[in-house]
Amino acid sequence: MTARDIDATTGKHLAGKYAIVGVGETEYRRGGGRTTRAMATTAIANAMADAGLTADDVDGMLSYSGGDSTSSTFVAGDLGIRPNFFMDVNGGGSSTEALVGIAIGVIEAGMCNTVAIFRSMNGYTSVRVGGTGKKAAAPINGDDIHQRGIGWQSPGQWFAPTFMRHMYEFGTTPEQVAMVKVAHSEHASNNPKALYKNRVTVDDVLSSRMICKPLHLLDCCVETDNATAIIVTSIDRARDLQQRPAVIQAVAGRVCKPRAEMFYQSGPVTTVAGHYAKDILWKNAGLGPEDVDVTGSYDAFTFTTMLQLEDYGFCKKGEGGDYVSNGTIQLGGKRPNNTSGGHLCEGYTHGIAMVVENVRQLRGEVDDTCPIGPDGKRQHTYDYSEGGCRQVKDAEVSANLGWGTPGYGSALVMVRG
Amino acid sequence: MADTSQRTGDYLGMELTLDPFDIENVPFFDYLSQGELRLQRNPENGLMRYPPTSRCPFSGKTDHEWTKVEPVGTVYSYTEVHHAIQPAFQAHTPYMVLMVELDVQRGQPGEHDGIRMMGNLVTPDGEMAPPDLVARTGIGSRMRMVFKPIGTGMAMPCWTLDETVDQPSPWRYPQE
Repeated sequence: MTARDIDATTGKHLAGKYAIVGVGETEYRRGGGRTTRAMATTAIANAMADAGLTADDVDGMLSYSGGDSTSSTFVAGDLGIRPNFFMDVNGGGSSTEALVGIAIGVIEAGMCNTVAIFRSMNGYTSVRVGGTGKKAAAPINGDDIHQRGIGWQSPGQWFAPTFMRHMYEFGTTPEQVAMVKVAHSEHASNNPKALYKNRVTVDDVLSSRMICKPLHLLDCCVETDNATAIIVTSIDRARDLQQRPAVIQAVAGRVCKPRAEMFYQSGPVTTVAGHYAKDILWKNAGLGPEDVDVTGSYDAFTFTTMLQLEDYGFCKKGEGGDYVSNGTIQLGGKRPNNTSGGHLCEGYTHGIAMVVENVRQLRGEVDDTCPIGPDGKRQHTYDYSEGGCRQVKDAEVSANLGWGTPGYGSALVMVRG
Repeated sequence: MADTSQRTGDYLGMELTLDPFDIENVPFFDYLSQGELRLQRNPENGLMRYPPTSRCPFSGKTDHEWTKVEPVGTVYSYTEVHHAIQPAFQAHTPYMVLMVELDVQRGQPGEHDGIRMMGNLVTPDGEMAPPDLVARTGIGSRMRMVFKPIGTGMAMPCWTLDETVDQPSPWRYPQE
């Protein structure tokens, strides 16, 4: 079944009916010295405080991990929450947006009223996604022989042939793609909580050591210890809470290429899951890429940001190299991407922090270094020079593009409430 | 295929195992150990597939014949790994993970589809490629399979430059 065959109108009647009402996180650290359970409770407590919710108000919980986290039952119990619904699912990037859709579904089904979603990970101290530790030397059996058996294991190694083929087919250059890191580093320099706040140049990226072609060290995301949470509820409840709601306009969840996991068999190899997700996303949203003010295109690698922006239609196929290097995605540009600095600079959360950032953008209350006025709110200067503002002026529509692999991805469109 | 015990192979010092009930992978690696590349072919639509699976991904049917395939193709894409993750590969950097599109079934069932096999670049006698061989291989290179024995009833499908044909000038990542 192609995306065109799906009757997406069933989702349309939910556009505008749900919202993200609270967001929270821990600090981004390397060597956090806290358990995933302790970090998750902190992140959710912060999100509840942000929303103005008490433990009695939250009755649903969702989380995702790759077996490297804690469970909702521990976290809910610690916070005094008695869930009427919970589920801990397997997944990394592209989970957040899909779980927002699931949260809407379970509320709509009458199973619960308000759902907290979290990701907690000691991604630097305990389980490193691209690490060389115990995981890298684990036994290799059956289907794994075709991948890990040939030294094709880490996400970077696994996605690299897709990236390389894009350079071959479209003439995309290393300099163009490095601009994703440059842009995100500029954004991070204005984000007090980012792990890497230093601005870098194209030359810094290209002269950093090669990991696996075409990925240099600075084409790859950071690894950090942290937890992040968001809270989803109905728009009616959202109106009574203390924050301006980030209204959910459309969700596409874990949309796959043909043969998903074996994405390299179906062509074109340079086409990623967003190509299929976009038909669901924009149709349900009643909006298109041209309506979006700020994007959160997943940056596990510089290339993932570019490929998704292309396949969701922000530029023509093959022109992603130009799109990410012509100023569009930088603060002050037409449509900034990952204004927090994203996973390349701020910290690694498997996508959820990029949703948090866009919620704050839509509220107009990004936590940059602008002065706080008499009303207790940031007085944004829109001066994006180093150490300055990172609020996008008049941000009304955001799009998060979550990457799992080239073979599957998720997306979320939100509008200012 | 009467074996009931797990098959074990040694590739670059890594232990690779096949369970006896993995009736998709056992014959695949068994044929490789006999120096043959055979893929499952659905007799109904004539389409082959890789990696081995229990059903034809283009029809959902289980019927299949292990069909002998000419083990040659063209590099479709690759990564050249400089920072090895797995201990077994750390002595062999930079090593190549090649995506080789077989000549057979190219452009089928869709225009941009094909059978793309992954494997390491090796010398004709199956040793991991030295840097000068790595530097001569890229997108467009013509490859032939090297069946590297790794254990009883198991061989790894590796690739080497096909020296029997004129090699085109391959596309390589621009920064060396």
